[in-house]
Amino acid sequence: MSNIKYILGSFGDPDEMMHGIEKLQENNIKIHDVYTPMPIHGIEAKLGVKRSRLDIAAFFFGITGTITMLTGVYLATAVDWPINIGGKTHFALPDFIPITFELTILFCAFGLVGSYYASTHLFPGRAPRVMDLRATNDRFIIAIDAKQNIEHTKIDELLKGAGALEVKYNERKYVSYE
Amino acid sequence: MSGHNESILREPLITGKDITYAKITDDILLPVENKPNKAWWIGFIISLCGATLWVVAVSYTFWFGIGAWGLNKTVGWAWDITGFVWWVGIGHAGTLISAVLLLFRQNWRNSINRSAEAMTIFAVICAATYVVSHMGRPWLAYWVLPLPNQFGSLWVNFNSPLVWDMFAISTYFSVSLLFWYTGLLPDIATIRDRAVGMRKKVYSILSFGWTGNVKTWQRFEAVSLILAGISTPLVLSVHTIVSMDFATSVIPGWHTTIFPPYFVAGAIFSGFAMVLTLLLVARKVLGLENYITMFHIESMNKIIILTGSIVGVAYLTEFFIAWYSGVEYEQYAFINRATGPYWWAYWMMMTCNVISPQLLWFKKIRTSIAATWILSIIVNIGMWFERFVIIVTSLHRDYLPSSWVMFYPTWVDVSVFVGSIGVFFTLFLLFLRVLPSIAIAEVKLLLKSASEQAKLELIKEGHLDKEQVNEYIESLDKFDSVKQEEYAKI
Repeated sequence: MSNIKYILGSFGDPDEMMHGIEKLQENNIKIHDVYTPMPIHGIEAKLGVKRSRLDIAAFFFGITGTITMLTGVYLATAVDWPINIGGKTHFALPDFIPITFELTILFCAFGLVGSYYASTHLFPGRAPRVMDLRATNDRFIIAIDAKQNIEHTKIDELLKGAGALEVKYNERKYVSYE
Repeated sequence: MSGHNESILREPLITGKDITYAKITDDILLPVENKPNKAWWIGFIISLCGATLWVVAVSYTFWFGIGAWGLNKTVGWAWDITGFVWWVGIGHAGTLISAVLLLFRQNWRNSINRSAEAMTIFAVICAATYVVSHMGRPWLAYWVLPLPNQFGSLWVNFNSPLVWDMFAISTYFSVSLLFWYTGLLPDIATIRDRAVGMRKKVYSILSFGWTGNVKTWQRFEAVSLILAGISTPLVLSVHTIVSMDFATSVIPGWHTTIFPPYFVAGAIFSGFAMVLTLLLVARKVLGLENYITMFHIESMNKIIILTGSIVGVAYLTEFFIAWYSGVEYEQYAFINRATGPYWWAYWMMMTCNVISPQLLWFKKIRTSIAATWILSIIVNIGMWFERFVIIVTSLHRDYLPSSWVMFYPTWVDVSVFVGSIGVFFTLFLLFLRVLPSIAIAEVKLLLKSASEQAKLELIKEGHLDKEQVNEYIESLDKFDSVKQEEYAKI
C-alpha cells in the first residue's frame, strides 16, 4: 500500500471548487476538510457544518457582565459603604446604566472571542496545521483522506474534471511541520 | 460565488486589469515583505522625533506635576482634555467603518477597515495617555478602578461620568483590539505561509495556527457579525459618555442635552477626516490605488459632508437654545465664544468644520485627491478647535469676574500634543511595515463580483441594458486608476 495520506485538489476558483465538492459528494467520496483563503458562502451547508452557537454563548456572556456590574455596584453603593448624596436613593439605577452597558459589552466580546478561539483551537504559538501553503494565498484546497477513499484515480479524474489546476498526493498530513 | 451578478450600476471596488487572487496578496504584502522605501523612512524618522518629544514632555509632566502645563485656578482643563477628546473622536471612524458598515453590508469597507481600525487603536492609545498624565499623580491611576482597598473599602464614585468614561474607554480599546486582531488572523497566516526562517516563526506565533478550514471561517464570520453588532452601540456610547464628562456639569456652555449626539457626529466627522489624511498618502506611497479607489474616497467625503453638516446644525442649535432658554449665563457663554477674547478660536472652528466641508458638495472637489487631502487636514484642525472652544471658553470666564483669565499653553502643553501626533504616526507607520494594511481575505471576496474586470467581462458578454452600461462607464471617469481608452471601443 502506498504512503499517500491525503489527496489535495487545488482549485484556482471558488466556484469550480464548489463544483468539485458536489462531484465528490455525488460519488460518495468523503471530504476531510476544505481550506480557502477567504470565507466561502454556502459551503457549510454543503459540507454539513452545523450552525454556530457562538451567538447564544455571546448572549450569556453579555448577561453575565450585566449581572456582575449591577451586583458589584449594588454591594459597593448600597451595602458596603452607602453614601448619602442629597438624600437620594443609594442604589441610583439610572446612573449605573452606562457602566453596566460597558461591562455587558466587555464580557460579551471577551467571552465570544475566547470561545471562538477555544472551539477552533486558535491560540498564540499553536503549530499551524497546513496541508497546502497556497491555501492562504490563491488556492482553494479540497482535502480527501487517501486511506479511507481508495479509488485514487477516480478522485483524480473527478477533481480535474471539476477544474482543479493540480492534484497533490501528500505523504505527510501537514506540510508546515519541519 | 453566486448565481447572480452585481448590478452594473454599482461602481467597481477593485480597479485594474489582470487582478488575480495571487496578485491581491502580492500587492498588499509588498510593503510587508520588502524593505521600506525612502518615503517611509523620512516619515518614520520625523514621527520618531515627535514621539521622542512626547516622551520628554510626558516625563517632565510626571516629574514636576501638571503645574508644568499652563493651567490656572480658573482654567483647570485645557489642552489635555482637548487632546483627549480629539484623539478619542478620531478613533471613532475605525469602528464605524469596521462595525457599522459591516452591519449595513457596505462592501467598500473591506479595503479600508483594517487601516482605519489600526488608526482607532493608536488614537485611543494617544487619548488614554492624556487621561493618565492629566491625573497629576499617574502612579495612582489604578484608583479609578473599583478595587478593594484599605480605606474601608472606599469605592470609586460610580455616579461620576469620569468613572463611566474609564469603563467606556477601556472597554472600547480592548474590544476594538479583539475585533482588529481576530480579523488579522487569516492575513497573518498568509504572511506566515509565504515567509521563511525567523519571520515564519514570528508570524506563526502571531497567526494562532490559522489554517482557513471551513469551520474556522464559518465561526469567523459569525464572530465578526456579533462583534460588529456589539461594537456599534459601544462606539456610540463611548463618545456619549465622553460628552457627559461635560454635559453633567453645571458650567454654562457644557450643561446641554444636545452634547451626546453632537459629540458622536463630531467624532465620526473627525475620524473620517483622519482616515482620509492617512489613506490618501498610504495608497500613493504603497501603490494601493487599485484597492482604495476614487469610489472609497468619494464615499468617505460624503460621510464627511453629512456629519459636518450635523455638527453645523448642532452649533446653531446651541446658540438658539441659549437664546430661547432665557438663561442669561448660557447666553453670555455663547456670545463670549463668538465675540469674546477667544473669537478667533470660535471662528476657526466654524470655518473649518461647517463652512469648508460644504465645498465637498462639488463633485470636482470631492473627487480630487489634493483637495480632499487638504480639506481633511482642515477638518482635523477645526475639530481640535471645537474641543478647545468648548473647554477653554466655557471655563475662562467663571462665576466671579475677578477670576477671569486667559489660558496660555506652556512648551510642555504644546510638546505633549505635537508629541502625541508623533506617537500616532510612529505606530501607524510601524503597522504598515509589519501587518497587511488592507484586509486581504475580505478584498478577495470582492474580486469576482465587484471588480472592474468582472464588470468589463459582463459588458463584453453584451446582455446588459445599454443605458446602464453607459452610465457605468461615465461613472468611471473620476477614477484615477482606470484607463478610459479601454472603454472607448465598447
